[in-house]
Amino acid sequence: MTDKHPLGHKYDMPDARGHFGPYGGIFVAETLMPAITELNEAYQRYLKDPEFIAELDADLRDYVGRPSPLYHAQRWSRELGGAQIYLKREDLNHTGAHKVNNTVGQALLAKRMGKTRIIAETGAGQHGVATATVAARLGLECVVYMGAVDVARQALNVYRMKLLGATVVPVESGSKTLKDALNEAMRDWVTNIDNTFYIIGTVAGPHPYPAMVRDFQAVIGREARQQCLDQAGKLPDALVACVGGGSNAIGLFYPFIDDASVKMIGVEAAGDGIETGRHSAPLSAGRPGVLHGNRTYLMADDDGEIIETHSISAGLDYPGVGPEHSWLKDTGRAEYVSITDEEALQGFHALTRMEGIIPALESSHALAYAIKLAQTMRKDQIIIVNLSGRGDKDMHTIMQREGISL
Amino acid sequence: MSRLANKFAELKASGRKALIPFVTAGDPYPEFTVPLLHEMVAAGADIIELGVPFSDPMADGPVIQRASERALEHHVGLRKVLSMAMEFRKTDQATPLVLMGYLNPIEIMGYEAFANAAQRAEVDGVLTVDLPPEEAEDCVGLLRDRGIDQIFLLAPNTNAERIQKMDAVGSGYLYYVSLKGVTGAGHLDTADVEEKLQLIRANTGLPVGVGFGVKDAETAKTIASTADGVVVGSALISKIEANLDDPQQARHEIIALLKSMRQAMDS
Repeated sequence: MTDKHPLGHKYDMPDARGHFGPYGGIFVAETLMPAITELNEAYQRYLKDPEFIAELDADLRDYVGRPSPLYHAQRWSRELGGAQIYLKREDLNHTGAHKVNNTVGQALLAKRMGKTRIIAETGAGQHGVATATVAARLGLECVVYMGAVDVARQALNVYRMKLLGATVVPVESGSKTLKDALNEAMRDWVTNIDNTFYIIGTVAGPHPYPAMVRDFQAVIGREARQQCLDQAGKLPDALVACVGGGSNAIGLFYPFIDDASVKMIGVEAAGDGIETGRHSAPLSAGRPGVLHGNRTYLMADDDGEIIETHSISAGLDYPGVGPEHSWLKDTGRAEYVSITDEEALQGFHALTRMEGIIPALESSHALAYAIKLAQTMRKDQIIIVNLSGRGDKDMHTIMQREGISL
Repeated sequence: MSRLANKFAELKASGRKALIPFVTAGDPYPEFTVPLLHEMVAAGADIIELGVPFSDPMADGPVIQRASERALEHHVGLRKVLSMAMEFRKTDQATPLVLMGYLNPIEIMGYEAFANAAQRAEVDGVLTVDLPPEEAEDCVGLLRDRGIDQIFLLAPNTNAERIQKMDAVGSGYLYYVSLKGVTGAGHLDTADVEEKLQLIRANTGLPVGVGFGVKDAETAKTIASTADGVVVGSALISKIEANLDDPQQARHEIIALLKSMRQAMDS
């Protein structure tokens, strides 16, 4: 592996079978193998196809609204008295989060492959909305699986998906959250493999999903890198992004991996606190295992059963993480920390009041860590925080938590 | 010769086909399982597939999912299943026992520790749903060294090249999943199965068990006319689920169904 060390040579992970060192790979039931092979061939072919790339770029520009701004949060930075904080404004994308970068890409792929039916899993509902959106635009049938617990706490997004013509299926098995939605989507895919394209929303799942979703999300980091050079005349010192499955984080990190001077920090959800066991932080407090088609850090007990997770943010409430993050952790190229529900709420309020931007609870984890980090850095240093989504969907959760009624 | 190879040779010599019941260990409660396994053998089962409960059974339909959930309520995980296997073996030295489940429990235990424990429990085969041959080398090697067969699944859309791959890596038998979809779903198209079996046999000399959608004696008989073994799972577990307030009744119904299958297959 030494010749593939990200700090040694130009980073070129994963290998042909989707391995990031010991992580990643293809761990699925046999029925899915032909579909995964078909998808991988299509992905390899179209990612080098100038016509496909041109169509994707046009959609990202005219439909999603890219490039998203890189915004220097001057007032907040001044208040904190440390590093300059820049926000990559993925919250300003169509549908309100980074998720749409990937669904636009995968939907174009589905169209090229002649699939007529789209399925997806969703946690916070952002990926479900982004999938229902592109399915509506292309006139494809769309079924979104969502844990029953998440259906209840993200009612607004459920309604948005229904307006867009998607069928939302509440999943009642297991912990009734994102992981169970993923199980159910896999079962649907196994059953309807001939006409169905499964749009996975994060950098997890069997190869090629972790690499493919990363490649679609890498537009975040490519833009941010250039924008930072244009605005500040230099590269940032640190990147900070929240990590559930880890797609917004990889999207920001990936184009910077060969820039050794740029620190990359992923922020997991510590829920009630790592020490309570009620959290969603497999990189901080889990161990390697196999779930949902790939080997990666997981939250599992001594029998290998998956442990129920907790986070105030539905989008981070997942017991696994994308395999590339596991690799970046083990090689030391990225660092992973965690932020509790309480700290995330402080980050949420801080940005709202200091900059007039209401962030998603997921992104609030990254903001909360940036508060700590900025105060340890010099004023001429730069942190880019990925503001991965807007907070409208979380109003209900926050009101409930803070005992407010209208 | 392994217990599995031995069993298939023996069946072949007597012109019979293997009846292979699948039940989830610990469903509906831990003490139910081992006596049931012995009774299934007495009713005519040739090989036992014992399901290792898993929290996220992605390839299973609702019937087996709920069986897993019931077993997990009693904390029946891989370690407990291995001790059940050991208990079964105390009084049955002949019937091959195959553990069927998902990879993560084995990953967390560690491949070598698992292989050692499976050997101690005299387990004969391991079928890991989410471990395709491409990723299986390490695990298969450790099991093979200890005389344990790794059994692979074949699907309706598996091509000749992949069948050869599984023939090379796998041993014991191959398990043809006769439906696209999850366990317990839909109906079996027996003509399709016959056609597919021709392709499979052209690419492997291993015995072939057929499962997914075997619900009654008649289907079992039809499958047995072409396959080497008939796997029945969800149909048995449905009996447990239908009689949760009376597990003894569930046991009677399971045994009755297996007997009817045995009879139909042998006639």
